[in-house]
Amino acid sequence: MTVWSVIGSGVAGLAVATELVSRGAKVQVFDPGGPPGPHGCSWWAGGMLAPWCEFENAEEPVLRLGRQALDWWAPRTQVERRGTLVVANPRDLPDLRRFARRTNGFNEVNQPEILELEPELSGFHKGLYFAEEAHLDPRQALRDLSRDLQAQGVVFHRKLAPTRLDNAIDCRGLHAREVLHDLRGVKGEMLVIRCRDVVLTRPVRLLHPRMPLYIVPRGDGVFMLGATMIESEDSSRITARSMLELLSAAYALNPAFGEAEVLEIGVDLRPAFPDNLPRVRRLGRTIYANGLYRHGYLLAPALAQGVADLALENKHSELVDEDRA
Amino acid sequence: MKTLYGTELPNPLMLGTAQYPSPAILEQAFRESGAGVATVSLRRESGAGETFWRMIRDLGVLVLPNTAGCHTVKEAVNTALMAREVFNTKWIKLELIGHTDSLQPDVFQLVEAARILTEDGFEVFPYTTDDLIVGERLLTAGCEVLMPWGAPIGSGRGLNNEYALRAMRAEFPDIPLVIDAGIGLPSHAARAMELGYDAVLLNTAVARAGDPAAMARAMKLAIEAGQLACQADPIEARDMAEPSTPVIGKAFLS
Repeated sequence: MTVWSVIGSGVAGLAVATELVSRGAKVQVFDPGGPPGPHGCSWWAGGMLAPWCEFENAEEPVLRLGRQALDWWAPRTQVERRGTLVVANPRDLPDLRRFARRTNGFNEVNQPEILELEPELSGFHKGLYFAEEAHLDPRQALRDLSRDLQAQGVVFHRKLAPTRLDNAIDCRGLHAREVLHDLRGVKGEMLVIRCRDVVLTRPVRLLHPRMPLYIVPRGDGVFMLGATMIESEDSSRITARSMLELLSAAYALNPAFGEAEVLEIGVDLRPAFPDNLPRVRRLGRTIYANGLYRHGYLLAPALAQGVADLALENKHSELVDEDRA
Repeated sequence: MKTLYGTELPNPLMLGTAQYPSPAILEQAFRESGAGVATVSLRRESGAGETFWRMIRDLGVLVLPNTAGCHTVKEAVNTALMAREVFNTKWIKLELIGHTDSLQPDVFQLVEAARILTEDGFEVFPYTTDDLIVGERLLTAGCEVLMPWGAPIGSGRGLNNEYALRAMRAEFPDIPLVIDAGIGLPSHAARAMELGYDAVLLNTAVARAGDPAAMARAMKLAIEAGQLACQADPIEARDMAEPSTPVIGKAFLS
């Protein structure tokens, strides 16, 4: 029986391995970094399953393929289906109107309705509520996938994959750019803070023309603030400007965030192709699955299905852009 | 058209490269716009945006690096020096922000930075207000182009003070003038060209439109229309009707 070697254990690699195993294939995983951790950019993700919101600034497949993600993740990790709330300060209402024009799947909410959803967001008079959206804890999701794979007999090798591997599936993100020349890194910066004075139960997006923010509750007073999008490939540090912007946006959402503890500062590079959509590409004996950009958890299921279709059934999903086996 | 430091633009549209949904859409927008110049910001990440900058260079248009986000002369000068290296050009769009909410230029620092950069051999495109005296000081500092705002950056409000912009055109008849910032609609861009401006620089209006490529084309057509209209010597507006067919003998005179 063919053994598929998945290289990389970020969200792309683990989703691909999971999808292959669920279709009866035999899989092993290589990652010199070991179990999911800070070495992969999916460790630093927001974990929002928000295809309707993301459609505001993305192409159509993000909405269509992203909608499948909720059902893919639900049996595999804890998915919170509590929707997304989008708000703007009074002077940025044109941004809220534009957001509403570009998206669908929401209800307009007024101040009492906002307070009913999130009692701590007292400063906002207008918002959009995307009831169908969901979020998950990305780190827990990665751990859950690895645990289930191991339980099903998948071996994780903590080392580089041997060169000249047959049936390899390369999910190394930006590390694959030596082969995928149209891949680039888009810098993202995020903070994890703890603030027991504020309770939010769903992701909240604050629209702002220059510094948009999303904040995702992780429970126990912990929140993830994200995330910048900078056309830069330096992942060595967060800039003071980015940190200022993230924190002042959080402060604008609720001044009590001014007292939060900063637990973590994350910086990494998202792998992206020129249209910011993911790709499945077969070159010789290797299938490359890459380019999830800021949609790791949202589009990894579709990417994984595209890989499995190609690897096991030789079917080309819409994500396959090149096949030179 | 007047030349910009000796360079004739193939098309009087200068298009920014920020805020597009993806580099692929940015490229489509440039193709549709026919823009002759791409402005690009360096400030945000010194040195590490190489992949993105390569894409901009690959657009095959003239690159005008800018100092967006700089608040002091020192920052702006350092950014300009870096831009010269990255893009191998003497051109620099000098932007010195004085006010965080309106992004209004700090014209005092602007003049100072323009002088320093010109002396260093740069060809400076200053983002300024519609103030005539500031314009004059910038020319004295060595600038050969002026780029007054239409309205605050990204506001999409069009030409906020048409009177001042007309006055500026009249005051500097031989200097290339470019409307920079504030354009939201093709009609704004057309109006700028009708007033006799030499070019229009815009970014947000295209990048944040629902269909950036379509808006880029709309801007191109509007700018072309405005330019043609200006050259065609438009009629004067008047209060009373002036019929294009003779009315003598018609019933209304009885």
